[in-house]
Amino acid sequence: MISIQLAIMIPFIAALMIPFLHKKLPRIHVGWFVLIIPTVLFIALTRFIPSIAEGKTYLNTVQWIPSYGINFTTYVDGISIIFGLLITGIGSLVILYSIYYLSAKESLHHFYSYLLLFMGSMLGVVFSDNLMVLYVFWELTSISSFLLIAFWYHRKKSRYGAQKALLITFGGGIAMLTSFIMIYLMTDTMSVREILSVIDPNHTLFIPALVLLLIGAFTKSAQFPFHIWLPDAMEAPTPVSAYLHSATMVKAGIYLVARFTPVFGSNEIWFWLVSCIGLITLFWGSFNAIRQIDLKALLAYSTISQLGLIMSLFGIGSIAHQLGAGENAILYTQASFAALFHLVNHSTFKGALFMVVGIVDHGVGTRDIRRLGGLMSFMPISFTIALIGSFSMAGLPPFNGFLSKEMFFEAVVNVSQSNLFTLHTFGLLFPIIAWIASVLTFVYCMIIVFKTFLGPHQPEKLEHEAHEAKIGMLIPPIILAVLIIGIFIFPNLLGDYLLRPGLASIFPSLGGMYKPISIWHGFTPALWMTIGVIVVGILIFRIQSRRKSLYFPPGKWTFDQLYNSTLEQIELRGFKITELYMTGSLRDYLVYIFLFFGIAVGGVFLLTDAFHLDLSSNAPISLYELLIVFTMMVAGIAIIFAKSRITSILLNGVLGYSIALLFVLFRAPDLALTQLVVETVTTALFLLCFYFLPKREKENSMQKTKRVNIVVSILVGVIFVSVALSAQSGKLFESISAYFENAYELAGANNIVNAILGDFRAFDTMLEVIVLFIGGIGVYTLIKLRAKKEDENVENQ
Amino acid sequence: METVIIILAGVLVTVATYLILSKGILRVILGTAILSHAAHLLLMTMGGLKRGGVPVIGEGNGTYTDALPQALILTSIVISFAVTAFLLVLAYRTYQETQVARGLKDE
Repeated sequence: MISIQLAIMIPFIAALMIPFLHKKLPRIHVGWFVLIIPTVLFIALTRFIPSIAEGKTYLNTVQWIPSYGINFTTYVDGISIIFGLLITGIGSLVILYSIYYLSAKESLHHFYSYLLLFMGSMLGVVFSDNLMVLYVFWELTSISSFLLIAFWYHRKKSRYGAQKALLITFGGGIAMLTSFIMIYLMTDTMSVREILSVIDPNHTLFIPALVLLLIGAFTKSAQFPFHIWLPDAMEAPTPVSAYLHSATMVKAGIYLVARFTPVFGSNEIWFWLVSCIGLITLFWGSFNAIRQIDLKALLAYSTISQLGLIMSLFGIGSIAHQLGAGENAILYTQASFAALFHLVNHSTFKGALFMVVGIVDHGVGTRDIRRLGGLMSFMPISFTIALIGSFSMAGLPPFNGFLSKEMFFEAVVNVSQSNLFTLHTFGLLFPIIAWIASVLTFVYCMIIVFKTFLGPHQPEKLEHEAHEAKIGMLIPPIILAVLIIGIFIFPNLLGDYLLRPGLASIFPSLGGMYKPISIWHGFTPALWMTIGVIVVGILIFRIQSRRKSLYFPPGKWTFDQLYNSTLEQIELRGFKITELYMTGSLRDYLVYIFLFFGIAVGGVFLLTDAFHLDLSSNAPISLYELLIVFTMMVAGIAIIFAKSRITSILLNGVLGYSIALLFVLFRAPDLALTQLVVETVTTALFLLCFYFLPKREKENSMQKTKRVNIVVSILVGVIFVSVALSAQSGKLFESISAYFENAYELAGANNIVNAILGDFRAFDTMLEVIVLFIGGIGVYTLIKLRAKKEDENVENQ
Repeated sequence: METVIIILAGVLVTVATYLILSKGILRVILGTAILSHAAHLLLMTMGGLKRGGVPVIGEGNGTYTDALPQALILTSIVISFAVTAFLLVLAYRTYQETQVARGLKDE
């Protein structure tokens, strides 16, 4: 049998080769080469079915980052094989359809590369056993979906839809990654199989991990309120919508919920979140679907609604984990079984419906319900397929949707009678919401068929003359339509070979027990509910179609509005905040720096109570020194108040020379010499600058700024003094300078300072020379550059 | 003595900070120059003041003041001189190019 790792990698390798094939063989539609891949994979996967049905599973590991426990481990069991077959099977049909749908003028090599990339990552998601590998493939599906939605990237709406899908699914992906990390922290393993046996439901991280995982699943599967990206993703080419946004990618979240039901399912929160969000999504999706005027948007909302149905069934199924083994548990595992069954059914009829809508769009150039009508006589085959798909979605016999809808009603009726999880109070809401949503589902299914194919034909509103599509375009939806009826006739074939092993993976302790599906199951409450749906649905549809306009505009408070305004506000606020502190004024930034210094150093100083003053080691003060210090203080303060610039430069000179004097008194002759020379040159430079600068303008800054400046400077000064005093007072160790007093023996020098500079620590001196050198070069370049620039200006003129 | 010098350095730091926060570019450069004066004084004080003779062997009675801070200050003086010189030329050139001698964006 084919290695699953290889099966996952084949689409990636093929995606690399597609552009070359496209270039080398431009006369053959590149889709034909692509078609081989999912077909081969589908056949390879079908060979697993018999052994999986016997309860076997396959585990295979290829080492990737073994030191972190991250290995490319694949696990084939009941659930993953269902998804694997859906991905490859629907994939083959969609590729066949797309060969006829896309004209050779499109950039086909891009399209098929992205599609193969998506297919490989989707296979990776369902077959991965390692959490991190699963996450990697999960994000790859988001990226490839992004690329496919924006396939016609010159359209503004495509780009908008792609960005929206990316932001929402990536947000969920990050939540899921967080959850995976938490699971790893709890269980110390990355393997999904091993988590089951070691997870501790009482761990503090259990609930956060559960909720974050569900956020990941809900965003991917377009559950309420994250469903808003799916209708906008309809800007993608129709094959993409059929494949990604109805049959496969949106079911990744469902897969995640199914996969983790054994881990988290025993918790009450899991049940409430999954089933309630599912029901809300089911209702909200069907309610919005009947308001749409675009067929693809209608199908998008119907997908949302059906995904909600599947999700809520998985939620109800998780009750079985509470009950353990036994007859009672089987009542609820039946819900999960229904979920798996509807999952397969939905992929068949939704795929077919999208393809039909694509055919209509392709044929007459519009998908607007208001412009369509009376196409039945022009497109009989498409009409038949649409009829089968819609009636199946509405839950009518003799189509597979009927069976799954019956099982759904049965499950919600059962849950309303459950006395677990305080369900006896809210339980009745389950069947009521489910029933209302089903009525709405019935109505929009009727809209698809009757508004498009029946009623008056309006040729003047269509871009092309109506005609039936090419046979190649019709084959994939015909196959799906045949499947829809086939599953209705032989439901237990599917149940035994595929769904039962899947159920066994969700409920390992129960081993996949289920009641066989019967087409006729007596006058159960579910059947009466279906009859009610049909009657009320027809009534509503008749009232609906009397109204001239189906469409009533959405109110101001929609989730789309919320999403748009959130993005807008984030951008606006972000800009405003940045504007607030990035003023462009040097003075403001300096205030921040000084204030940070004050808060950080001053704060730590106060907190640690570090102030310490010890005057005993102070040297005695002489009159000379005091005089100089006094002069310096006066000169320093006078600089602030100096009216003219020359005064301040001269006062700075006074400071410099006074320091030189202090150096003399402190027995530092070399310093005194250097300081004198440097101060002289600096003052000369200042005077030079002063000569070229304009007359000093008055410091006419506002009083407030001035006050802030004063406070900041005093703060900095006070902190400086207190830190310096404390440091000076507490000497911890003796100085190392005694060593340098051996300058004569070690370096042959009498002058210790010069020996340090030229011998002991000559490296400093070398670099200091370089600094001076660079300063000189800098000055030279600055002055020279001007001449050069003037030359350029002359040339430019 | 050390305490007095530290307070002097503190006053110089306050003055320097105030000057750096002002608008005129020349005042800012003056501020940096004064700040380096304060730093030199601090370095000097931290080594302890007047604990012996001039650090030249043969002078005094065998005890010398700490020579290491003096070497450090000498290095620092030269570096701050280089930076101040560069800043001054920069200010001069900026004014020539832009006719602006302030550190503020607007006004």
